[in-house]
Amino acid sequence: MQLEQVPMKILVAMKQVPESGSPFRIDASGRWIDEADLNYTLNESDAYALEQALQLKGLHGGEVVALSVGPDRVQAVLRDALAKGADRALHVRCAEEPGRDALGTARLLAAAIRPESPDLVLSGLQSEDVGHGQTGVLLAELLGLPHASLILQVEKSATGLSVKRELEEGWLQMIEMPIPAVLAIQSGGSKLRYANLMGIKRAKTKEMRVIEAGELGVDLAPAVVLDHVSATHKQKSTQFLQGTPTQAAAELVHKLKFEARVL
Amino acid sequence: MSTVWVVLEERAGRIAPLSWEALAAGRQLSKLTGLSLNAVLIGAETATLAGELSNQSLQRVVRIEHPLLTPYTSDGFALALEQFFRSADPRYVVFPHTYQVRDYAPALAARMSQMLLGDVVEICPAASEGDSPTFVRQLLQGRLSGHYRHTGDGPCFLSVQAGAFRAPESQAGACATADTFPPILEAAQIRTRPGQPFRASAQTVDLASAERIVSIGRGIHDAANIPLVQELASVLDAELAASRPICDSGWLPPDRQVGSSGQSVAPKLYVALGISGAIQHQVGMKASRCIVAVNKDPEAPIFEIADYGIVGDLFEVVPALTEAVKSIKM
Repeated sequence: MQLEQVPMKILVAMKQVPESGSPFRIDASGRWIDEADLNYTLNESDAYALEQALQLKGLHGGEVVALSVGPDRVQAVLRDALAKGADRALHVRCAEEPGRDALGTARLLAAAIRPESPDLVLSGLQSEDVGHGQTGVLLAELLGLPHASLILQVEKSATGLSVKRELEEGWLQMIEMPIPAVLAIQSGGSKLRYANLMGIKRAKTKEMRVIEAGELGVDLAPAVVLDHVSATHKQKSTQFLQGTPTQAAAELVHKLKFEARVL
Repeated sequence: MSTVWVVLEERAGRIAPLSWEALAAGRQLSKLTGLSLNAVLIGAETATLAGELSNQSLQRVVRIEHPLLTPYTSDGFALALEQFFRSADPRYVVFPHTYQVRDYAPALAARMSQMLLGDVVEICPAASEGDSPTFVRQLLQGRLSGHYRHTGDGPCFLSVQAGAFRAPESQAGACATADTFPPILEAAQIRTRPGQPFRASAQTVDLASAERIVSIGRGIHDAANIPLVQELASVLDAELAASRPICDSGWLPPDRQVGSSGQSVAPKLYVALGISGAIQHQVGMKASRCIVAVNKDPEAPIFEIADYGIVGDLFEVVPALTEAVKSIKM
């Protein structure tokens, strides 16, 4: 059988993050935000990673396994992945721990992935909350697999994969690589699907396996510690124009012409 | 020997602009810690790049050269730099936060049991003597700042955000001549095969040369609302641009995208409408001379770099602006 036709087992690492419009207040410890009144959602680029996995499964068959690390609330993004078409889910359960660094999280994920021996591991490029943007690259390193990051498109080829990588300033590049491999997926490469009612119903019968992080025997001593968080200090002092839209607009245009002299 | 090393990147045969900013960050670290400043060049052939460093007052310049290091691959760079840094014993390794660095530096750091502190915007002096400097990165898309300490038992790897550190003028003082470090690499160790870079579509708009830009973000809600903004752009004699989600949705062509994955612009006037101001967008436009932001969220990060702001509904503000510009022109 040609390699193009061999079905793949694909693991997708996904993160649940606070909704971007949420009010972020620094908590009493000063080390993280108050999580009490936050709504959570799936990290955007992880949604594209899942979409890529589901498309590959649609074309070549195989299995898609959704994976997430965190407290019980992260099961919401895993259930959503199951509803969209993932076959099963792995939840690496642990407390939300601001003291754990990106390498620690990647070690937990890698420990959960290793016994699955997947053909392909996908992650989103970067999380919208902490934004280290390293999970994919670190998973490849820890699993001893080749990787590519900033990937917009994935196709199977005679020797493995042919992926489209985004470069800076509008340039792109194709990369040929063997499988198994790890890819960090950039947002925007494909159109996202939504879960339909049938999918949501089916998701309830799919496997959601919980793995206790403590049982993975992973060294979580951080190399980097988030000491505290603070309000971002403004780089410029913004003049806010008040009043009705008409008043504010008129004053702004006046200032642009006579103060900033850019009209 | 405990030192500061800066890894410089090449673009179009020269040291890339952002790499000069990384060098400035390295120099700041060197001054804060009293450790010497050194630079690394990496590629198949780096002699010309080394020439650009002759007036930078560096203790050492090392050229890591091997035919397998051009074109760039993550495997090649991580292997070669790991071999070098295991022998050089650095205290700090500073990178520019480029797409390329993001692709290999986390793996390089992990090999030395460290974690790359990516996208650093500020280096702060140690709180008390004997402590190490702290590093600031943006969290939650720029809404808060995170202050980080390196606690690992080994070198501290960091990459610096575009525009956060001022690129250096030439420094008085001669530079040691560059020596070369030949890494041991074999073709079989390079597992990926990169193709030639290409552009997705012909570049039909040169936003970089526009004097005025009106730019839209998610706040525009629907492609059907774009004519409203187009009208404002027309009366301002401005080019229309957008943040990434708008181009991803196909509402505007990709050559109108501003940000790290689109074009970098620095017009006289940049009007950001319904753009929250994620870091990836800011790096592409914050050099603009005058920035105007209209957003319904008073805490949107775009206001941190705006000269003028209106907190309000862009569907009310934009028509009012169009009228105001028309009336001032008459």
